[in-house]
Amino acid sequence: MKIHEFQAKQLFRQADIAVLPSHVARTPAEAAAAFEKLGGSLAVVKAQIHAGGRGKGTFIENSAQRGVQLVRSAAEAAQVAEKMLGNTLVTIQTGPEGKKVNQILVEAGCDIARELYLGIVLDRAASLPVLMVSTEGGMEIEKVAEETPERIFKEHFEPDLGLQAFQVRKLCKKLGLTGDAAKSAHRFMTAMCQLFVATDCAIVEINPLVVTKAGQLIALDAKVSFDDNAMFRHADIKEFRDLDEEEPSEVRAGNAGLSYVKLDGNIACLVNGAGLAMSTMDIIKHHGGQPANFLDVGGGANAEQVSEAFRIILDDKNVQAVLVNIFGGIMKCTTIAKALIEAYQNVGFNVPLVVRLEGTEVEEGKKLLRESGVAILTADGLTDAAQKVVAAAAAHNKA
Amino acid sequence: MSIYVNKNTRVICQGITGKSGSFHTKGCKDYGTQMVGGVTPGKGGTDFEGTPIFDTVEEAVKQTGANATMIFVPPPFTADAILEALDAGIQTIVAITEGVPVLDMVPVYRKVRASKSVLIGPNCPGVITPGECKIGIMPGYIHKRGKIGIVSRSGTLTYEAVWQTTQLGLGQTTCVGLGGDPIVGTSFIDVIGRFQNDPETEGILMMGEIGGSAEEEAAAFVKQHVTKPVAAFIAGRTAPPGKRMGHAGAIISGGKGTAEDKIAALRDAGIEIAESPADMGTAIQRAMKAR
Repeated sequence: MKIHEFQAKQLFRQADIAVLPSHVARTPAEAAAAFEKLGGSLAVVKAQIHAGGRGKGTFIENSAQRGVQLVRSAAEAAQVAEKMLGNTLVTIQTGPEGKKVNQILVEAGCDIARELYLGIVLDRAASLPVLMVSTEGGMEIEKVAEETPERIFKEHFEPDLGLQAFQVRKLCKKLGLTGDAAKSAHRFMTAMCQLFVATDCAIVEINPLVVTKAGQLIALDAKVSFDDNAMFRHADIKEFRDLDEEEPSEVRAGNAGLSYVKLDGNIACLVNGAGLAMSTMDIIKHHGGQPANFLDVGGGANAEQVSEAFRIILDDKNVQAVLVNIFGGIMKCTTIAKALIEAYQNVGFNVPLVVRLEGTEVEEGKKLLRESGVAILTADGLTDAAQKVVAAAAAHNKA
Repeated sequence: MSIYVNKNTRVICQGITGKSGSFHTKGCKDYGTQMVGGVTPGKGGTDFEGTPIFDTVEEAVKQTGANATMIFVPPPFTADAILEALDAGIQTIVAITEGVPVLDMVPVYRKVRASKSVLIGPNCPGVITPGECKIGIMPGYIHKRGKIGIVSRSGTLTYEAVWQTTQLGLGQTTCVGLGGDPIVGTSFIDVIGRFQNDPETEGILMMGEIGGSAEEEAAAFVKQHVTKPVAAFIAGRTAPPGKRMGHAGAIISGGKGTAEDKIAALRDAGIEIAESPADMGTAIQRAMKAR
């Protein structure tokens, strides 16, 4: 689960991690008031969306406006807010459709001496969380990792022990932090690692992490996401979820207990199991088609879930054919066949449907489909299914 | 021979009174697995269709001589259940539960790896030695005893591979589902190493997916240590970066963990690649014929 920059900074403040004073605004008047409250001669207005690259991003409605802008008066803060709020920001991470900006953050300025990078993720190969820092703040970290990997420094830590003082000393040495800045780095890094563990983060990324002229480390930006599986023990963080930032069809699928990811193609698929669902997308592509989605109905889907799954995939106007691929293990093919027939009749199909069933009670399941009178194309095996659905989509497209 | 489990394996189910626990205890028993007991705190002294239930794993081990466990307890309690099994000296711990917080698994993983026990999972279909012992949720009848060792990160995709090898008459020695989470107790390397040493296994078929670097590590291991033919399929060639594809572990992040990288590493190790998921059985057949 992702959260906004301003929400992450709220968590940082509670954890005694240094951030600049800032206020959230949802109207131009609020933005002007926020500038006044900060009391400085300048401030930075930042669009709040769940995507990076905002500084270079532009608005669909006004291509001269960027997602982050320096302002020097309350009136200017209001003007910039007017151009951002309610409009759509496109960055390298949003895709061409962009994201609507519903709130902005008005933040105080600061005297920057250096810009660093800090990130914490789970290192799967080591099965431990890892703190990564770099001298190359403000750059895309993937680029740094590729071009100058020697400028990224890593320390693994045990969740229950936390980051140790000697590890901070090693990193400070490599980053060239001494005196007050090293002391500040100790507080900052230790607290950030504690926060990562305490709140079950998936990713924490501070880019840039600035060192002020006075030698203080401050999180200028904040990108934080959480382990969905741990949200049962973080009711407070769950409150941060912003449904406006998520694909509506994916939210709807989640509510029905389905795992769905929307893609750009024209062949929808409905599958049981995540690995088989990914493989089904792959085999569609392998035979010249383009998958419209990833959809895993899970091991025990009932007729209602299958109906909802069909409604969601058919709501996608790009879809020109549907492939159902079920390997009935625990779930019997007869159960899924009955659910398919019921769902087919409930939902009202306007595109061809190809069904491939395998596993428990497969013959009985196929027989049910044949005798139901519904216009379902049955397939034998994965290859046959993929070829049939690709051909059906092409024919439907022409018609 | 077989790896991990055989006809002498004595199995308990932690979470036996839950919906999934009871259903699959019955399924395993019907397959022929020696299901010797179950554990549900507070229900000790009762039984599930004749299988005795205990309050603690320690007690279950003492009374039944169990050396393997199948865990179905809900995600918040899974780490505790694994540690309890470890504490009781259970040798083979199979955690089926999906949705365990990943930071719960960090200390559990390290404890398990420092012990003599083996953890398979979590978020996995389990392990089966056809005709002898099934611990998990896979449909038993698609399996046939034979010569292929199968190891995979996903469930239904494994069934697909099993079914293909059964239909080709190759059959399986043991099938291991590693699980779809970022941290799992057993890796490709662990299983492939055992298959290499198992005289009954003549070929190894692995199914990986996008995310992490487990497949690349397996490729390096195969290149160095494995003399048997190996074939592989990687799911997720069409998956876009930054999107979690069902499994918590199946995500391309920061440009790492793509299917193309994994396939290149596997090819480099001399592993036969199945281009399509329909081609997994024939891929291992090709690899074996090439010898």
